[in-house]
Formats: sequence, C-alpha cells, structure tokens
Amino acid sequence: MTPILSVNNIQVVYKDVILVLKGMSLEVGEGKIVTILGNNGAGKTTTLKAISGILKSEDGEVTDGSIEFYGQRIDKKYPESIVRMGIFQVMEGRRVVEDMTVEENIMAGSHTQRNRKNKKKDMEMVYHYFPRLIERRKVMAGYISGGEQQMLVVGRALMSRPKLLLLDEPSMGLSPLLVAEIFNIIKTINNEKGISFLLVEQNARLALSIASHGYVMENGRIVLDDTVEKLMDNEDVKEFYLGLTEVGKKKSYRDVKHYKRRKRWLT
Amino acid sequence: MTGNISFFLQLFLTGMVVGSIYALVALGFVLIYKSTSILNFAQGELLMFGAYVCLALTVELNIPFIWSFLLTLFFSFALGALLERTILRPMIGESIISVIMITIALSTVMRSLIQIVWGTETKVFPPTFSEEPIHFLGLFIAEIHLYSLSFALICVALFGLFFKFSSAGLAMRVTAFDQQIAHTMGINIKRIFALAWAISAIVSSIGGIILGNINGINNLLAHMGLKVFPCVILGGLDSIIGAIVGGFLIGILENLAGGYLDPILGGGVKDVAPYVFLVVMLMIKPYGLFGKVLIERL
Amino acid sequence: MPCGLFHNRYRTDERIFQTIWARSWLTVFGLFVLSMPFFVTDYIVYVTNTIFIFIVGAIGLNILTGFTGQISIGHGAFVAVGAYTSAILTTKLGLSFWIALPIAGFFTALIGMIFGIPSLRVKGLYLVIATLAAQFIIEYTIIHWENLTNGITGIFVPSPELFGFFFNTDKKFYYLLLAFAVAAVASGRNIFRTRVGRAFIAVRDRDIAAEIVGISLFKYKLLAFAISSFYAGVAGSLWGYYTNVITPEHFTIVLSIDYLAMIIVGGLGSIIGTVFGVIFITILPELLTTFSLLLKSTFGQITTLLSAIKGLGFGVTVILFLIFEPEGLAEIWRRIRAYWKLWPFSY
Repeated sequence: MTPILSVNNIQVVYKDVILVLKGMSLEVGEGKIVTILGNNGAGKTTTLKAISGILKSEDGEVTDGSIEFYGQRIDKKYPESIVRMGIFQVMEGRRVVEDMTVEENIMAGSHTQRNRKNKKKDMEMVYHYFPRLIERRKVMAGYISGGEQQMLVVGRALMSRPKLLLLDEPSMGLSPLLVAEIFNIIKTINNEKGISFLLVEQNARLALSIASHGYVMENGRIVLDDTVEKLMDNEDVKEFYLGLTEVGKKKSYRDVKHYKRRKRWLT
Repeated sequence: MTGNISFFLQLFLTGMVVGSIYALVALGFVLIYKSTSILNFAQGELLMFGAYVCLALTVELNIPFIWSFLLTLFFSFALGALLERTILRPMIGESIISVIMITIALSTVMRSLIQIVWGTETKVFPPTFSEEPIHFLGLFIAEIHLYSLSFALICVALFGLFFKFSSAGLAMRVTAFDQQIAHTMGINIKRIFALAWAISAIVSSIGGIILGNINGINNLLAHMGLKVFPCVILGGLDSIIGAIVGGFLIGILENLAGGYLDPILGGGVKDVAPYVFLVVMLMIKPYGLFGKVLIERL
Repeated sequence: MPCGLFHNRYRTDERIFQTIWARSWLTVFGLFVLSMPFFVTDYIVYVTNTIFIFIVGAIGLNILTGFTGQISIGHGAFVAVGAYTSAILTTKLGLSFWIALPIAGFFTALIGMIFGIPSLRVKGLYLVIATLAAQFIIEYTIIHWENLTNGITGIFVPSPELFGFFFNTDKKFYYLLLAFAVAAVASGRNIFRTRVGRAFIAVRDRDIAAEIVGISLFKYKLLAFAISSFYAGVAGSLWGYYTNVITPEHFTIVLSIDYLAMIIVGGLGSIIGTVFGVIFITILPELLTTFSLLLKSTFGQITTLLSAIKGLGFGVTVILFLIFEPEGLAEIWRRIRAYWKLWPFSY
C-alpha cells in the first residue's frame, strides 16, 4: 500500500546556517497512526514544520530531498495550500487564540472550507468527539483549562477536514487521566474517520500504545524505524525510552554507569 | 431653556459630530491594530488622502460628488493595499519600534507629497449638502452632521458583525493574536494584512471627506491622526466598539473642556484635553473601557 | 596580520578600543575633529555644532529606547524642559551657564522620572502613546504658563561666559560643544560596561525574567528615564545658550520624531550608531537644500516646496533604511570593520 505521506531524505536548514535535519525519511500509511519519538532538540518539531510548510515563516527551508503527499510534492508549497490539501499541524503548547471564545476558535479552524452548511455539521462533529467543550463554548479560550485547550486545538484542526493530522506533543503538561482521555479520542477519530496521524511525543509509552509504526529520532536523523511491536521489544528503546532494563526491572539512578551500556543504533 | 443648558447641549452636540469623525478614523486605526498589531501613525494622512482626492475629482475634474465619493473609496482601497505590499510587508517580523517608525516616516512622506501636489492653502468643497440647519430640540444641526453621525453608527454595526461572524473577520483576529497560529490554519497572512489596510484606508477617507465638507481641507487635517490615540486608549486598542465609543467620548469631552476651561486657562484646551484624559486613562484602566487585558506568560 | 586578540590582563580586556589599529585611527580622527574649524566655512561649523548638541540628546534617547527598550516619542518635550529650565534660571535668577546647566539636567531628569511612571503600569505600544501624550501636555504647559515661559514669544538667553571669556562665536562654541559631545559618548559607552547598563539591557530583552533574577523593574525603568532625560535636558540647555533664543516652536513633536529617526537610522542599542545617525539625519536636509538650489534653474518654484521636499527626503530615507537595513548604520559599520579585519581574506 502506498503511503499517503513520504518524507524523502530531507535536509532542513534554519537561517542559512543552522543544520537541523540531516537527511531524514519517514512514511505515513493511509489511516495509520505513526509516532516520532526522541529527546528534546532531536528535530521532531522541525520535521512537522517542514511537512506543514510553516518552516518558511521561521526562516527555515528544506534544502535537499523532497516531501510528497498523495504523490504531489509539497516541500516548496506555502502553508495555505498545504492545509487545503489536507494536512493540518497542531503545534505544541496548546496554541489557542486566547481572546476569542472556544466556539470562535473552532470556527476559525474551518477557514479553508467554503461551504457554510458543512461548517455547522463539522462543529457538531467536533462537539461530539469533545463533549467537554460544549459547556465551555462561550468562554474565552485563554481561561479554559489545559486539557480543554488541548481538546480545542485538536477540534479546531478537525474543522479543516484533514486527511493527515500532525500532532506535536499533545500530552505535554497535562494530567495522566486527561492525557489518557485525549489519546482515546484520537484513537477513536482515527478508527471512525480514517484520518491519519503523525504524532510527535515524548511520552513514549503512551504514543506506542496507540500507534502502529514508530520512528526514533536523534540529532536530526532517524535512528530506529519499525513497527510498534518490534519497537516495544527493542532493548535500546526499552532502556532509554521506557525506563526498563533487559530484565524488565526498573533501574535506579545509582546503578547507572553511563559508559556501560551504549546505544547500538545506526549513527 | 436657560442659556447654560443650551450652551452645554450645543457643546455636546458639536462634540458628537466631531466625535463621529474621530470614531471613523479610530475605527480604521483599530482595524489595522487588530489584524496586524501595528500602530499606524499615518492614519491622519489616509484621512487627508481621501479628502484631497475627492476634492480634486469634484472640483478639478468636475465629477458629480457622489461619483467622486465612490471613486475615492476605490482609490483608497487601492492605496491601502499598495502601502501594505510595498512598505509594511517587508516589516513582518521586525521589532515594534521599526514598524512604528516606518508608519511615522510614511506619514511624513504622504504629507509632503500632498503638500507638493496641492499646496498649503485651505480648500473647500463646493456646497453639496443643504446649508439649512435642521432644528432639533432647540439646537441647530446641519445635514452633513447627520450623515456623519449615521455613517459612524452604520460602520460600528457592520464591523462588529464582520469580526464576530465572517470567516475573514475571524481570520483577522487570529492573525492579530499570533501569526504562527494563523499560518497553521491555512490563513493567507499577506491577504489579511492587505485587506486590513485597504478597509482602514476606506474608512479614514470617508472621515476625511466628511470633515472636508464641514471644515474645508488643509494640511492640518493630519493632526486628526494623532487625536486618534486618546480615542483608542479610552476605548481599548483592540476593540471596534471601543474605537467608536472612544471617538464619540473624546469629541464630547474635548468640546466640553474647551467650552468651559478656555476662558480660565487661556485657550487651546481642546487640543490638549484629550491627552490629559489619555494619561488618566492609562493610570486607572490602561486597557481602556472595552480592551482585552493582555494575558502574559513567560 | 595578527591571528587573534589575546589579553592577559583584565584591564586590557575591558578596554573599549582594543587593538592598536583602533587606537591609532582614533587619534587621527581626534586630530581631524580638533582642527576642523580652521579649514571649513562658518556654516559648516554651525552645522557641526548642532550635530554635537543632537548627539548629547540622541544618546539619551538611545539609552532609554535602544538599550532599555522603553520607546519614547516624547523626547523633544524633555529637551524643551531642559532648555526652558536653564533659560529661566539664567534670565530670572541670574545663574551662570555652568550652574544652570547641571541644575536643568537634574530637573529634567526628575520630570522624566515622573513621566516614566506609566512605564511601570503599561508596556510597549501603550508606553509609546503615553510618551506622545507627555509631549503634547508639556508643550501645552510651556505655551500657556506665560508668567514663567513667555509663552510663544520665547526667551532670550545670553551666551555663556567663563571668567570674562564669552562663548559667542561658532568657533568658540565648537570646542565647548565638542567637549560635551565627547563626554556624552564616553559616559554613554561606559554605562553599558557597568551593572546598571547590563540591567537596562536585561529589562529590554525580557523584563519578567530580569525581575526574577533580582533586577527591580521599578528602580531601573525609572532610572533609565531619569538618565535619558538628563541627557535631553543638557542638550536642550546647550541649544538655548547656543542659539540665544528659545521658543516653543523648536520643541514640537517634529523634534521627537527627528531624535527617533536618528537613533533608528543609526542603530538602536549602539552608541557609535547614535553618532552616525545624528550626522546622517542632520546632513540629509542640508544636502537636499543644496541639491534643490542647484535644480532651481530648471524647476523655478522648487524653493517654495523646500520644506515639503525635505520632509519627503527624510521620510523616504527612513523608510528605505528600515526596509533594507533595520539595524541601522551601526550594522553597516560592523560589517565594514569585520571585512577589513581579515582583509584580504573575507572569511
């Protein structure tokens, strides 16, 4: 099955001098949830920005390689067209428009859609998936809780009728209960609407629980690329991302001698 | 009616009329601020542009007023979009002070150009509106004043609806809040900016044409541009309603202050009073009557 | 060509002019400036004198706006306060220039602090507007407090004297004003080698974080206003003593805009940039006048449009600078220096 999104060996440079992505490739299959794991500074967010086209507004560019969505090259396109093609990025940090109400925020997400009647129906759909937002409809988005804001930004994204949603660290700063709820909803949306997800997460366990395929990034490169089952079994992922040793026991910091166990991946 | 009350009411009424023009110019200012976060120091010059162009069309080309009015609006739209494209767009991402300075420089350029083309003497519109004052509760009000008042009120309603319900209006608010969010939502930022400037130019031009019809046109019209600041501080920098209310309030307050305090302080109170109100407002309620309080996080 | 700059003492590391090259060029430049009045016309000396006065005022504004990030369009009003204070002190109280000037400076600093109080409540754009209001209110007060200021008629200020030596020609003033300008530049540059200067910069870059680190915003913002207004006051006083007559017309918002243009074109946050900016903005109208006069033969009425042409030239230049080199002349200077540092190798 051909992937709907394929990133082919891209190199991304900021301000002409800062090299962030050093030849990375990934694929997202239709209707799949794919996750990218990695530490801070690995280049995960930059990858998403390269796909959605926002890179240009931050003085960055894809200087090598290509990105294709449904067979069309999108690395040179502007965000306006990319959103219309069906990719929507939900940035990290719950970026709601604080001085508009929840309902206005959601409505704004449908900017690229023409049909007014569709917008009404889509709003119903968003409220269906995120019932918490119904009672907060008329409240200023800056005053609702973090969890509700996260729901708001995903709901806002849904209004653009996307085929692929890029989620950047949706679990950041939220309580475990709320995070579980949100991830459940994401899984449901994926099942019911067939929307593909590219999920960047630091919470590896959570991401691997809903994804089918995973990538691990480090220093601007992909270092592991595998199905989720195999990743969960991978020694290095277990040690460095899931906090378990080979024996399945948790390790305490006192026992770690950092030169003893080195990561054994490609670079 | 006793002399005192009618004195007060006359001042009040004049204030309302002047205020309606302030309201229109303030509206144009807030439009640009709301969409682009720019303080447009050239708002007064946009007003002048409208007045002078309409005058030129009516007097020098002998086009009937209603057509020159509409043509001026068209030119203003074009001017606004042109200014945005050439001067403001390169400023995206620069610091606040650079942007402020560029609108200040723009105001100087526009004023100088207008002076070069049309000189400095006061010019008048040919009489287009009835000179007959309309009696209203024992006071006089001219036809043009009524037009001015109603125009301002229509604009409030229109823009209020625009920002609350239309796709472009919402897009403008998102862009004003955070350009990056707007980018991710597929909003074409450049088009939003151009639209904001174009509409703002139109609204200011209308204000200029009305003012020109009331008072005649000369270089000093540009001072309206600075009067806009007390209006928007009073009303709230990012509030459409605030701009209108602020405009009317300042018009009324400055007239009242001038009428009552001029004899005591020796004149010119009308010109400084708005700024005193501004300072007072900044101390007690900096975000104005209707402005949104800035939610700041590290 | 040295392969690098190595210091082995703190003292040499902290020097402002670090290389021998820099110091020699400085000496040459210094000699040039000192001897200039003797081989140029009186008019050029006059223009240079105004440049010196503006340098003092502009450095003040740059300290406030460029280094501390508090944007002010009211600088012209503070210059006015300084000018009128020293004028009144001299004409009504008979104080000499040497006493009146510092007092005027401190008084202006006080006024500056008062008008700086809104900066503690409002930020950024709101502060700009507050300073605009300050400009108009101060202007109004000066025009209408006629008992004190003679209103629009203005005040006549006698030239300063020192033990019988009268500073009443352009040449004599040149050296006095040069001294003030040098003092302003040196003190300005030195402020930013101290704790206070670093605090200012912290306030500009991220004031909430600065406060967390222990920099009292209250104290340092007011201090920035005070210091900046002191410079403005001194500049205003000098102007009064130099031109011998001050009227409210000299100190309108146009002056504030001129000062802003000087520091922006010169380079915010750069002392040397300020000097460049002042020179540029002062010379520009002179060049335009000369140019227009040359064209007088072809376009007869051009002289009537002179003020409009100057305005046009000013506006267009500032716009071009902001679009193409927003960091100002200081940035161009830095690039030139970087280029020559490693000449003939470019990197």
